[in-house]
Amino acid sequence: MQFGIFSVGDVTEDPTTGRMVSEGERIELMTKVALKAEEVGLDVFATGEHHNPPFVVSSPTTHLAYIAAKTEKLLLSTSTTLITTNDPVKIAEDYAFLQHLSGGRVDLMMGRGNTGPVYPWFGKDIRDGIKLAVENYHLLRKLWREPQVNWQGQFRTPLQGYTSTPAPLDGTPPFVWHGSIRSSEIAEQAAYYGDGFFHNHIFWNKEHTEAMVRLYRRRFEHYGHGAADQAYVGLGGQVFMASTEAEAKRVYRPYFDNAPVYGHGPSLEDYSEMTPLTVGTPEQVIERTLGFADYVGDYQRQLFLADHAGLPESLVLEQVEMLGTEVVPVLRQEFERRRPAHVPSDPPTHASLVAAGPDAPHHLVEPARARAEELAAAKVDA
Amino acid sequence: MTQHIVVVTAGLTVPSSTRLLADQIAEATSAQVSARGESVEMAYVELREVAAELATFMVTGGIPTPRLTALREQVAAADGLIAVTPVFNASFSGLFKMFFDALDPDGLTGTPVLIAATAGTARHSLVLDHAMRPLFAYLRAVVVPTGVFAATEDFGSHGLSDRITRAASELAAAVLSQGDYGVGGFAPDLAARPRRTSGTQVESDVTPFGDLLRGHSGTD
Repeated sequence: MQFGIFSVGDVTEDPTTGRMVSEGERIELMTKVALKAEEVGLDVFATGEHHNPPFVVSSPTTHLAYIAAKTEKLLLSTSTTLITTNDPVKIAEDYAFLQHLSGGRVDLMMGRGNTGPVYPWFGKDIRDGIKLAVENYHLLRKLWREPQVNWQGQFRTPLQGYTSTPAPLDGTPPFVWHGSIRSSEIAEQAAYYGDGFFHNHIFWNKEHTEAMVRLYRRRFEHYGHGAADQAYVGLGGQVFMASTEAEAKRVYRPYFDNAPVYGHGPSLEDYSEMTPLTVGTPEQVIERTLGFADYVGDYQRQLFLADHAGLPESLVLEQVEMLGTEVVPVLRQEFERRRPAHVPSDPPTHASLVAAGPDAPHHLVEPARARAEELAAAKVDA
Repeated sequence: MTQHIVVVTAGLTVPSSTRLLADQIAEATSAQVSARGESVEMAYVELREVAAELATFMVTGGIPTPRLTALREQVAAADGLIAVTPVFNASFSGLFKMFFDALDPDGLTGTPVLIAATAGTARHSLVLDHAMRPLFAYLRAVVVPTGVFAATEDFGSHGLSDRITRAASELAAAVLSQGDYGVGGFAPDLAARPRRTSGTQVESDVTPFGDLLRGHSGTD
């Protein structure tokens, strides 16, 4: 199972000191978080992507390439890559390039983005969000899998005889996750292609996460990629730790109360009740996190939010350290103890995808096409 | 078949004249439905009791709190709605608007609605037609022609009960005529039926991906 950190890259004032870091300092902190993650034995660092203040994360592959050069084992990912407003041709090129630079230590998570004005800034319309995600991702799959692409869709200039360069490392496209909080269409999309499904799991209640993951798992099996409990599930999570629960709450409360997304709303206690937020001791975090598998099933990737809401560098790096040294070693052991043998521990990696060979379903644009047509025909006959 | 009507009332005090008006309208509506040989159940939603949850819902980007989720489902499943608000500063109260902002945009599509408001003075009476009616028109609800406005002085006049009876009669007729999309001898156009959803459940009847991809695969 993979554990790691995902970052949204917000530049937020530290509410306890009034200090606002510069964009440069914020980028530097994200880099330090990634390096610390590798140092303490975490597996994944994922960066967000935004094109509006107060965020700095406009250029994920630039940043991930820099981190790749400074790390050995860390898997580099995104949370999320905007499949709606980015040109899929550029995504295909950038992330294949990153594969080459990092030795295949790349996967990525597709997301739509929810800030209305960003869409028109990139010539798109937020009301087309789902359609953009569907069309652009399908094109992305072709660009990574077909040597010459002829293509005409609704949202982009047609392509005739286009070859995306560089081709994916070892002719093997990166594994892809699809992230969505509430859109069933995105869970369906992940299931159709046999990709992973990631639920951010931070803003809403567990019953909702459970329902989204259940839908994805059911449809993954429907499309013939394996049994429902073998589908690739990733979750987010949000924790803050100290040696006692009281101390953790005392330190974290001002950051929670002023956080950009939920600040000035529900209390820390109410929010901890409503969502998976855990503020307490490492033991409490371990217990709560292990409970995630009780409602989404045995899963493959757990990412934690650590650097946000104006938390200063010292606290952020301390949290990453505690995750790596005190929390994750126990989680690894306990999650494997409960996992049935037929459920994969890790999601596909570059090594496992290469090992599966060029005839594996991963190399098809639509691995479930035949199965879907079969199902449709059976329905017509009946 | 029992008809389910939800009475949403945004009064803030106990007792409240808004609730008093809601009670009278609900009673009259029950009588009108019964007079047509059908039974009806009234469910009251006092928005004051979910004010804090509505605020949480707003500032968290819509986190589903248990009580609010139940109310959203109740409203989206109702056969009819009676909506009563006090008038504050020339419009419905903020609490009243927050509740309807928290509903799924398709939560009331095609649903018969009776609008009513209370105020200290009759000079606010156009709130019914300038604020409430456009709100429910936007939500594609079917607002019955008679709205009920009660200034404080109206609670001592019999004109109010006449208007209540007329509005209740219109609501009862609208509630009972729902679901009739065919004319004798013709098959109803089921696709044209209004679709309603509470927006609280992950879609169990997901759109198959082949349908989502149609026209977007780059080859068709």
